[in-house]
Amino acid sequence: MIDTLRLTAEGAKDLLERKEVSGDELFAAYLAAIGERDPELHCYLHVCEDPGGAGIPIALKDVIGTRGIPTTAGSKILEGYVPVYDATVATRCKEHGLRVLGKTNTDEFAMGSSTENSAYGPTHNPWDPTRVPGGSGGGSAAAVSAGLAPWALGSDTGGSIKQPSALCGNVGLRPTYGTVSRYGIVAFASSLDQVGPVAKTVRDCAFLYSVIAGRDPCDSTTVESPEVVLPAGDDLKGLRVGVPKELNEHEAIEPGVRKAVEHAIELCRQLGAEVGECSLPRSVDFGLPCYYLIAPAEASSNLARYDGVRYGYRSPNSADRLDMYTHTRDEGFGDEPKRRILVGTYALSAGYYDAYYGQAQKVRTVIAREHAQAFENFDVLVTPTSPTVAFELGGRTADPLAMYASDLLTIPSCMAGLPGLNVPCGLSEGLPVGLQLIGPQFAENALFRVGHALEQAIGFDFVPERLR
Amino acid sequence: MTEISRELLLHVAHLARLELREDELARLEGQLNDILAAVSKVAELDLSDVPPTSHPLDIVNVWGEDEPRPCLSVEDALANAPERAGDFFKVPPGGGAT
Repeated sequence: MIDTLRLTAEGAKDLLERKEVSGDELFAAYLAAIGERDPELHCYLHVCEDPGGAGIPIALKDVIGTRGIPTTAGSKILEGYVPVYDATVATRCKEHGLRVLGKTNTDEFAMGSSTENSAYGPTHNPWDPTRVPGGSGGGSAAAVSAGLAPWALGSDTGGSIKQPSALCGNVGLRPTYGTVSRYGIVAFASSLDQVGPVAKTVRDCAFLYSVIAGRDPCDSTTVESPEVVLPAGDDLKGLRVGVPKELNEHEAIEPGVRKAVEHAIELCRQLGAEVGECSLPRSVDFGLPCYYLIAPAEASSNLARYDGVRYGYRSPNSADRLDMYTHTRDEGFGDEPKRRILVGTYALSAGYYDAYYGQAQKVRTVIAREHAQAFENFDVLVTPTSPTVAFELGGRTADPLAMYASDLLTIPSCMAGLPGLNVPCGLSEGLPVGLQLIGPQFAENALFRVGHALEQAIGFDFVPERLR
Repeated sequence: MTEISRELLLHVAHLARLELREDELARLEGQLNDILAAVSKVAELDLSDVPPTSHPLDIVNVWGEDEPRPCLSVEDALANAPERAGDFFKVPPGGGAT
């Protein structure tokens, strides 16, 4: 009997290598778990037929284009769309023998922090189904925690990998901008979007990152990145850990979250790291407004392609072509993409460009410089990933600004193109708390080292209590 | 900063090729003004001598050889077309030029 709740990808690899289970048995075990638990959790938008092969199964967020498999990005405007080519990350997974279990739920076009903006209904948190799994990649994070996939890929623009991982109690990496190809990914905000892994352990996360990272001739923003070192050590000697006070003392941080993060910081000290305070004075207060100008501006441009001409939904109610464009977009997009398209179009329009978009790009420089300065003294920065544990479904849907604040602590480093790793660091009110580790560009190996050492020291049980 | 009036909202919606229904206008107008008030915070900083960042990596142009490679077939390119006529995407006539 394969226990998909406990089984890590590394464990699955061992079982396959020792021929204790076959690839088909492994795939079937996950399909059975999906059949059992997904009707309640709704992690998947599409479950695949077994593609065959001998490798480990994987789930892909539904913004990742997959040849012959429906790809909706959680939007009605892409209902029925079946890509005719694979995203590079999907190709790399397949070349590695990984078998695609299905496509996971996401906020529409990855815009959201709770997966409630999906046109196909929300995903529920495996720790407490009355609560959100975070977003936008709530489907991938919840699937990994509920044993419905050993690991998964997500995408992160302002926190869409890290924040759901925090709320679901698993490990998620937003890689350095440029290390992973976006070819074939449904674009949201191109100067920010990154694909990355979600897993139960830091080692699994590091391994999956090594599968997808590397330059891709089809994405000219990609660069070669350092070879991945799977972490094995359990000490942090010689490592300098910075604690940015604005991201650790913000009033929005719940006491239980703060306590768990402080405990993890104390463990860093006990493991031999040199811990010191630092400051990112403008990155938090100005990060959120900066992000919510730049991301919508880029989204308004990227989402112009959904016009009902070449693929996706087309409104049947149109007299002429202009009518067809406007009706298709009105009927096909949900509220959140509409809000962001409108904000973005406004921020880019003549007369407002300098005050909004241009100014936000300068703020972005300020944020990048503040982080660069902090990394003169520290190898890694630690903060909470999310200011709160998983919140109630429906709790923030009426107030877009309250929802946006969910990403308060993940956004600043995203603006600077920095890698960030979420590692579970304890429970508060019975729900997982995530620790965010931020490194300089291309310092994924340092994040894996710290994450792995802390993971051993913390001993967090990644199986949700109600499913044990 | 500027409050978005109903007239300006309709203009922006037209630029974005969004037809907003009356009930959407009522809901979005207040939300957009709240969002714009919040993001206008960026104006508080004097950044006249700070350069803008459009891309997080310090990279220059990427060059590739200009060699023909296989690409999508016509059938694949049209596979998801809402409507097609022969080897073309078919769309309703007129409009859309403004």
